[in-house]
Amino acid sequence: MIITIKYFGLIAEVTSQEEETIDFSGNTIADIINFLNSKYPDLKNKDFQVAQNQELISEKTKITGQEIALLPPFSGG
Amino acid sequence: MTDKKPKNVFKQGPIPSEFIGESIAKHQTKTSIGAHNIFLGQVRADVIDGKTVSAIEYTAYEDMANVKFDAIRESAFEKFELTCMHIYHSLGIVNAGEICLFVFVSSPRRKVVFKALEYIVEEIKAQVPVFGKEIFEDDTHQWKINN
Repeated sequence: MIITIKYFGLIAEVTSQEEETIDFSGNTIADIINFLNSKYPDLKNKDFQVAQNQELISEKTKITGQEIALLPPFSGG
Repeated sequence: MTDKKPKNVFKQGPIPSEFIGESIAKHQTKTSIGAHNIFLGQVRADVIDGKTVSAIEYTAYEDMANVKFDAIRESAFEKFELTCMHIYHSLGIVNAGEICLFVFVSSPRRKVVFKALEYIVEEIKAQVPVFGKEIFEDDTHQWKINN
């Protein structure tokens, strides 16, 4: 499955990019996080939430969407 | 998700005081309103480990943020008797002392606007994926976290 992953704030600094497209065969968000943790070892100690198709979701959620986003703590306002 | 595209809340750079003044003026024709309340978020020159914040650079997951702003707006209209509501948030560089968030609520009666404004601002801080990079005077930075 082709998935676009978006990175924001501190997370985009760790990955050195704001977006990438990967061909991924895992089932859950946890699988994606594991994959990204090995690709970007510095991600492991960072605090972030995951959104799928613009909704926050848990690690157990199945991958259904084409757009995943890694969101560090919010700091608007 | 609906087909309706949510309104864009973001403005590039600081929110000018003229814009805020004009927004107030535009409501003079809406004579059922008896009370306005306004929140202005201003960038603070915090001193952290001896270094002073000179600006915050805002980025956002804009599509999701606009959906969240829209949901907050809908929910506020359901909870409170509001005549109208406007929200603007900055993107990009906002210097210390400049305005980065403008929330404007109006109602026939005053008590409603105090409660509604606090509700909306707290929801924005908690729910909306906006990220602030605090830039220090020596060009180093750290990422802000809302309490």
